[in-house]
Amino acid sequence: MAGNYSAFRLLREGLRGHSGWQPAWRDSEPKDSYQVVIIGGGGHGLATAYYLARNHGIRRVAVLEKGWIGGGNTGRNTTAIRSNYFYPESVALYDFALRLYEGLSRELNYNVMFSQRGIVVVAHSEAEMEMAARVVNAMQINNTDAELLTREQVLEKVPLLNQGKDARFEIYGGIWQGRAGTARHDAVAWGYARAASALGVDIVQNCEVTGFLVENGRCVGVETSRGTIRAEVTGMAVAGHSGVLASMAGFRLPIRSFALQAMVSEPVKPCLDTVLLYMGTGTYLSQSDKGELVIGGGLDRVLSYGQRGNPPMQEQVISGLLEMVPAFGQLKLLRQWAGIVDVVPDSSPIIGPSPLPGLFMNGGWGTGGFKAIPAGGWLFAHLLATGEHHEISRPFDLERFRTGRLIDEAAGSAIPH
Amino acid sequence: MQCFTCPFCGPRDETEFFYGGEAGKERPEPSAEVTAERWAEWLYGETNSKGPSREIWLHLTCGEFFLMERHTVTHEVFATRATRGEEA
Ligand SMILES: Cc1cc2nc3c(=O)[nH]c(=O)nc-3n(C[C@H](O)[C@H](O)[C@H](O)COP(=O)(O)OP(=O)(O)OC[C@H]3O[C@@H](n4cnc5c(N)ncnc54)[C@H](O)[C@@H]3O)c2cc1C
Ligand SMILES: [Zn+2]
Repeated sequence: MAGNYSAFRLLREGLRGHSGWQPAWRDSEPKDSYQVVIIGGGGHGLATAYYLARNHGIRRVAVLEKGWIGGGNTGRNTTAIRSNYFYPESVALYDFALRLYEGLSRELNYNVMFSQRGIVVVAHSEAEMEMAARVVNAMQINNTDAELLTREQVLEKVPLLNQGKDARFEIYGGIWQGRAGTARHDAVAWGYARAASALGVDIVQNCEVTGFLVENGRCVGVETSRGTIRAEVTGMAVAGHSGVLASMAGFRLPIRSFALQAMVSEPVKPCLDTVLLYMGTGTYLSQSDKGELVIGGGLDRVLSYGQRGNPPMQEQVISGLLEMVPAFGQLKLLRQWAGIVDVVPDSSPIIGPSPLPGLFMNGGWGTGGFKAIPAGGWLFAHLLATGEHHEISRPFDLERFRTGRLIDEAAGSAIPH
Repeated sequence: MQCFTCPFCGPRDETEFFYGGEAGKERPEPSAEVTAERWAEWLYGETNSKGPSREIWLHLTCGEFFLMERHTVTHEVFATRATRGEEA
């Protein structure tokens, strides 16, 4: 329906007063039954639907979204994409995602504005440099790009950094991943939605799942605010609401929900052409194409489903920012917001069958699942289509909490987002 | 800033408190008979409720644990009380 996007098409529409553009995807009414129902129209749910159709030829698929697509964390995140993790399992996962991102605009015929501007992680002491070297070594062994930076190299990349004698966090050196970057978050959701819709997937908005249909101990569909929908296989990708869905299905998960905040400054001239993170402050930022500084940090302290965020963490993030680049103290903040993220004790995602047969889950991405969307979708589609793990997703099964084989990235790479 | 009332010290800023976990979890015993499933459920299983929630908190300043009942969406606090001598 929407046709192919191209420079030629843009020119033609420009000459015709842009009157020929069609909606990018179909806003569907729910049908009575599907082969696969996916709960949650964030990046992971939409990508899963796309890869079900593209990789497995399964087109009787619905994505059920309680609000609007991309209205959850996918549309609220700070869009840092990187694969600088510590464990081989994690690098395999996140680097697969990064490789898919590298070809995504072409794959979806939709400009997701993936900009590989690199990430600098700044270390402040000799001890931190040793940790940095450890991560860099691990990344190189795991076959992704990583370099150790000296103080001079850090300052060459980000000259604005605080070099004053009274700086609380001295610049000692850092980690560089050049293939990292940012992308346009809404475009990732819309691009997958458009491509999935073109392959026959139904995208159903304002459709909240309120319960599971269980027959003979097996999930055979869902109850929703728009009626009962049967499914041969059901998948959930609801991020911060994983626990709510699990309660409906009668099990508990190793997931806690927290608000994670972000904020943007007023737009300014280009001054930062990379993603920047300080180990010492936990504050990180990048500059959007519009010129706004996009700023984030750690989780709020208090577990919450209130999608707004509390002042103590704002204060910490902003004081971190001012320590990193004192000149930014002149900027006004334009907006602040929060998303509800699904935090797992080992800071790694959960992909796999749920305790309820017929129901599968993709979640636990916590503060860092935007970068993983293409891989999460690809692997979850594989699981829903075949009933079996892809080799990359197997280590992330819920089973690891029983066997004790955790993938502890909180301790391993010690970097949020 | 949220304000929580420590049963021992009175109302204080949220930054003085540390989340201890969901109330009502009972450690399975005796350990020799505890299966991996039950242990994992005790260690990691979370109800993570959206709405009213019963939680154990630590007031870092005085070092006492206590029970807090609150709403995880509105952030309204219904009650805080000492756990001593009571079931959590
Ligand atoms: C402030 C902030 C900054 C972040 N920064 C980064 C970053 O820089 N880099 C990075 O990689 N990640 C980042 N993240 C994390 C990232 O945003 C998430 O991990 C990722 O977007 C999760 O995608 P998702 O599709 O699983 O979830 P979501 O996009 O949240 O989608 C889940 C959807 O499920 C829907 N839903 C919930 N319950 C139901 C129901 N009962 N029925 C129907 N639908 C339901 C929701 O409405 C929602 O749209 C950040 C997150 C936040 C909040
Ligand atoms: Zn106290």
